Amino acid sequence: MDAAIEVSGLTAYYGSREVLKGLTFGIPRLMTTVVVGGSGCGKTTLLKHLIGLLKPAKGTINVKCGCTSDKCGKDITMMDDAALIEFKKKMGVLFQGAALLNSLSLADNVALPLREHTQLKQPIIDIIVRMKLDLVGLTGFGDYYPAQLSGGMKKRAGIARAMAMDPELLFFDEPSAGLDPVTAAGLDELIISLHKTFKLTLVVVTHELASIFTIADYVIMLDAGNIIFIGTIEELKASPNPKVLAFLQRKAEEEPYRPEDYFKIISGS
Amino acid sequence: MPLRVESLFGLIGRKTIYVLDNLHEVSSLINDVFYWTLISPLKGKQIRFRAVITEIVRTGYNAVPIVAIIGFFVGVILALQAAYQLRKFGALIYVADLVGVSITRELGPIITAIIVAGRSGSAFAAEIGSMKAAEEIDALDTMGINPVRFLVVPKLIALMLMQPALTAFFDLIGMLGGFLLAISLLELYPYSYYVETLNALSVKDLLTGLVKAWAFGVVITLVGAYHGFKVKAGAEEVGMRTTASVVSSIFLVIFFDFFFTTLFYYFL
Ligand SMILES: Nc1ncnc2c1ncn2[C@@H]1O[C@H](COP(=O)(O)OP(=O)(O)O)[C@@H](O)[C@H]1O
Ligand SMILES: [Mg+2]
Repeated sequence: MDAAIEVSGLTAYYGSREVLKGLTFGIPRLMTTVVVGGSGCGKTTLLKHLIGLLKPAKGTINVKCGCTSDKCGKDITMMDDAALIEFKKKMGVLFQGAALLNSLSLADNVALPLREHTQLKQPIIDIIVRMKLDLVGLTGFGDYYPAQLSGGMKKRAGIARAMAMDPELLFFDEPSAGLDPVTAAGLDELIISLHKTFKLTLVVVTHELASIFTIADYVIMLDAGNIIFIGTIEELKASPNPKVLAFLQRKAEEEPYRPEDYFKIISGS
Repeated sequence: MPLRVESLFGLIGRKTIYVLDNLHEVSSLINDVFYWTLISPLKGKQIRFRAVITEIVRTGYNAVPIVAIIGFFVGVILALQAAYQLRKFGALIYVADLVGVSITRELGPIITAIIVAGRSGSAFAAEIGSMKAAEEIDALDTMGINPVRFLVVPKLIALMLMQPALTAFFDLIGMLGGFLLAISLLELYPYSYYVETLNALSVKDLLTGLVKAWAFGVVITLVGAYHGFKVKAGAEEVGMRTTASVVSSIFLVIFFDFFFTTLFYYFL
């Protein structure tokens, strides 16, 4: 497998609580990888490590750009600020709440990375912004402000902004969370069409079963900070692992806490 | 008993760690602000001038009416209080000295700083805090845009200019208030009040006041930004941090005022 990102031994803490417990996996290049798991299992935390927002307590995250130069395969946990900015220019992120800047119009939101990192003239930027908004189905909404949009439209605008710099890597955190099923399906279609149209490595974090089977090529399933399944979508369907089955069949976990965890929680340690 | 001792040491330890953590955060914020305001423009990374203009309008221009009203009344009140004492000695003309000197040296800088802390310092904390809660700060970061450069530097530059400007304006209107009271209620001659004021004021008084104002502008921006960035999640926390930013910037303004006034007293 040609991996775009290779993660090894990734461990993360919030305070003294271990949220990610030594994860090792690869994100295959030019595929859509879906990270699934119940709420609070550490998906967003994992994503924030992959995009360099959080530094892991232990472990390495190697990002490979597909070329053969020696600058490749760098560990983003070790990068200096300049190298990290170069990496950030090549990726786009859609946050769980879209995270558009509320004080700027949609057009200005999409133009933000272009203004920051390129010397392009305003007319060119205008054209690029219009193209990106077209791409996500928001033609003509450039002058709207985030507060004037519905949830689904905000997510689309967030995708347009993530695509502004023509990234190689695209990360989506819960693109369809909090949306009605029809709007959610529309976003899934958008993700599929983006993946078909552009040479992109996609990482989508979600807890929606419906999304997994429509968009995923490759699945990583998390449970309480551990990987309980990793493999292609076909392998997922054939998996005999009871926890995977429970998730796929929407069974509630019989025991919300393991006894030792529960003891830790009530004793406040 | 041993348990209690242990918990006492534990308490001291936890408090120490907490204070040290905060100190570390404050110093790294100051360090970042310093870098992005002074060093990085030299390396060719331009300051966002349009944002500076916006902030100047918000923090300076929009504050003109309130500063004028408060300044005027403070001048009038001061003249009345001074007259109450000086009348006994038949030295009413010295109202001019008292109003002029106390406003330019002390009341102008400090009251303007309190107004700005309430108007703009709180707005900085609320703006940055709600952006933090909505992951907008994270979004800036992942676009390779430094949040301190993008948000704090324009505010800092704007306040470094506007705090002295508003203070000078407050001084002027305050003295005008004192003047109007003196020539009407106190029945002093306008010309002699004017001359007395000019005699009383020195360039040094004006300048030390403006230097203080400049420092207060820096303090208010940094405190607002610090509390904004401290927000982790939720609207409730934004509210708490906004309040905290006003309280601590007023406290720090008074503290720095004390510091500067002592300094000027002994060395100027
Ligand atoms: N900033 C934080 N501080 C402390 N705990 C956190 C923080 N962010 C998340 N957590 C906790 O870490 C766990 C994983 O969170 P997260 O990665 O957001 O989960 P998910 O995205 O899968 O719902 C949750 O139990 C959450 O309560
Ligand atoms: Mg999440």
